[in-house]
Amino acid sequence: MKLHEYQSKSIFAKYGVPIPQGGVATTAAEARAIAERLGGKVVVKSQVLVGGRGKAGGVKLAKNAAEAETIAGQILGMDIKGCTVEKVLIDPAANIKDEIYLGVVIDRNLQKPVIIASAEGGVEIEEVAKTNPDAIIRLPIGIRTGLMDYQARNLAYSLGLRGPHLNKFVVIVKGLYQAFLATDASMAEINPLVITEEGKLLAVDGKIVLDDNALYRHPELAELRDPQEETAGEREAREIGINFIKLSGQIGCMVNGAGLAMATMDIVKHYGGEPANFLDIGGGAKADKVAAALRLILSDTEVKSVLFNIFGGITRCDEVAKGILEALKIVKTDVPMVARLVGTNEAEGRKILAEANFPTATSLGEAAEKAVALAKGVK
Amino acid sequence: MSILVNKDTRLVVQGITGREGLFHTLQMKAYGTNVVGGVTPGKGGEWVEGNIPVFDTVKESVHVAGANTSIIYVPARVAADAIMEAADAGIELIICITEGLPVLDMARVQSVLKQTNSRLIGPNCPGLITPGEAKVGILPGHICKPGNVGLVSRSGTLTYEVVQALTDRGIGQSTAVGIGGDPIIGTKFIDCLRLFEDDPQTDQVVVIGEIGGTDEQKAAEFIGKYMTKPVVAFIAGRTAPAGKRMGHAGAIIEGGEGTAAEKIEAFEAVGVKVGRLPEEVAELIAKLM
Repeated sequence: MKLHEYQSKSIFAKYGVPIPQGGVATTAAEARAIAERLGGKVVVKSQVLVGGRGKAGGVKLAKNAAEAETIAGQILGMDIKGCTVEKVLIDPAANIKDEIYLGVVIDRNLQKPVIIASAEGGVEIEEVAKTNPDAIIRLPIGIRTGLMDYQARNLAYSLGLRGPHLNKFVVIVKGLYQAFLATDASMAEINPLVITEEGKLLAVDGKIVLDDNALYRHPELAELRDPQEETAGEREAREIGINFIKLSGQIGCMVNGAGLAMATMDIVKHYGGEPANFLDIGGGAKADKVAAALRLILSDTEVKSVLFNIFGGITRCDEVAKGILEALKIVKTDVPMVARLVGTNEAEGRKILAEANFPTATSLGEAAEKAVALAKGVK
Repeated sequence: MSILVNKDTRLVVQGITGREGLFHTLQMKAYGTNVVGGVTPGKGGEWVEGNIPVFDTVKESVHVAGANTSIIYVPARVAADAIMEAADAGIELIICITEGLPVLDMARVQSVLKQTNSRLIGPNCPGLITPGEAKVGILPGHICKPGNVGLVSRSGTLTYEVVQALTDRGIGQSTAVGIGGDPIIGTKFIDCLRLFEDDPQTDQVVVIGEIGGTDEQKAAEFIGKYMTKPVVAFIAGRTAPAGKRMGHAGAIIEGGEGTAAEKIEAFEAVGVKVGRLPEEVAELIAKLM
């Protein structure tokens, strides 16, 4: 789950990271009031959970409060890559001398958090990684020892920070790392960390991505979820506890297991079809979950056929079969379907479907072929 | 011979009195796995099915029942604790089936496990099976057949698919291991490849990967440098769109790292053939025999 810039920065501030003293507005008038309070030049920044908002015209400089009002009026309601701007952050404009990138992520290979820093801040770190990989510093952190002061100082030296900047930087990088741990984040970044003409260090932009698996420990953060981060279908899927991603094809897929769900999509494509979705009902799915998942698939009017591919391990085929039939009692549909159930309790599952005259297949290839044919109107 | 589990496995089930724990305990026992006990704190002294003792701690199951392998079915929020308890009790092989562990919990677990002699498989994995000897996990045993092909996979159900395809062609398996699809896991492709390379019963190996991360590329590098046994691969997610998390926390393509195309290329560069369908994997293996 992603947090907005203003939410991320206010969390950083709690851990001692200096941030601009701006405010969030939902109307142009509010934007003006904040700009008046701040005085001088301000930056009006759209709060959306997609990258590239600057290029899309969602971040603009205003010379005074009146201009801030006009710009906020333009940005609020704007569509940026499918997200409607509902809030703008009004920050005092900083006199930028230098820009640094500072982030924390989990390194899958080292299996520990790694601080990533670059003196080339202000641009996306992925871009720096491509164009100038040597400009990126990676500092692995022992999860049990934490970030030591000397490591933070060494990082500062590597970035060319000395003298009066040194201790300020140490506070910031330690604060960022603390915020990362305290929120159970999978990513936290300050980009850019600005060195102002006045010699201050300031986190001008920030981002936190939370680990969904750890949200149960942070109910207060879970409440910050922006519904625009997901489509309506993805949200419904999360609430019923399945993984769902809408795609643009015609063949609805319901599969247990993420790897098999991806392989099923690949095989549908192999037989000339286009998957309408990725859907993993997870392990141990029972009838009610299957019914909810089927409703979700059929809510997409582009879906011309549905393919069930269940290889039961922890999931029991009879439960899935019951779920399919139960769902069909609730969801009246003409969309043709084919099910392939194998593994745990497969005989019981097949029997339930056979008694209801529900079409089945034995191999995945056969099931995919049938689903593709059904989508094309071949019976 | 085989890898990791066999007739000498003495299994303790952590979370044995839970719904999934109990169901799969009975399945594993029915397959012939030597289940020596279970652990549910507070229920020590009880019995499951009249003949499996329940202990309060893993340590007790080691001392009293001689457990040497543990399987974990506890909820995600207590799974890290369960893994560390097993390691602290001196369990050599810990299999964590539970899904949904916070990544930072796993970072802490791994930092502890690296200082012990315990090996973790998973989390968020289907476990492993040495056909005809021991099933430690949730894999459907009846699709497996004893033989000489080793399998290692990041996926659960996709592993079953490939095992089924092999069995359908009459090709048996030495051991099939599901290592899990999370960003931080206890045992990686390379660890299993090394074990298969050293296992006299394994003649060919199947690697089942998916999009996200670089573990398949690392596996390919390892195969190129150290493996003498032939390897066949399968990669799921060739049609997955970029930037979307496909269920597994690990299965996401970001910043051009971890696409199916990159992985297939890495395997092919070291002479590993990549099947496009599970049946094709079985066919490629058959050609190697």
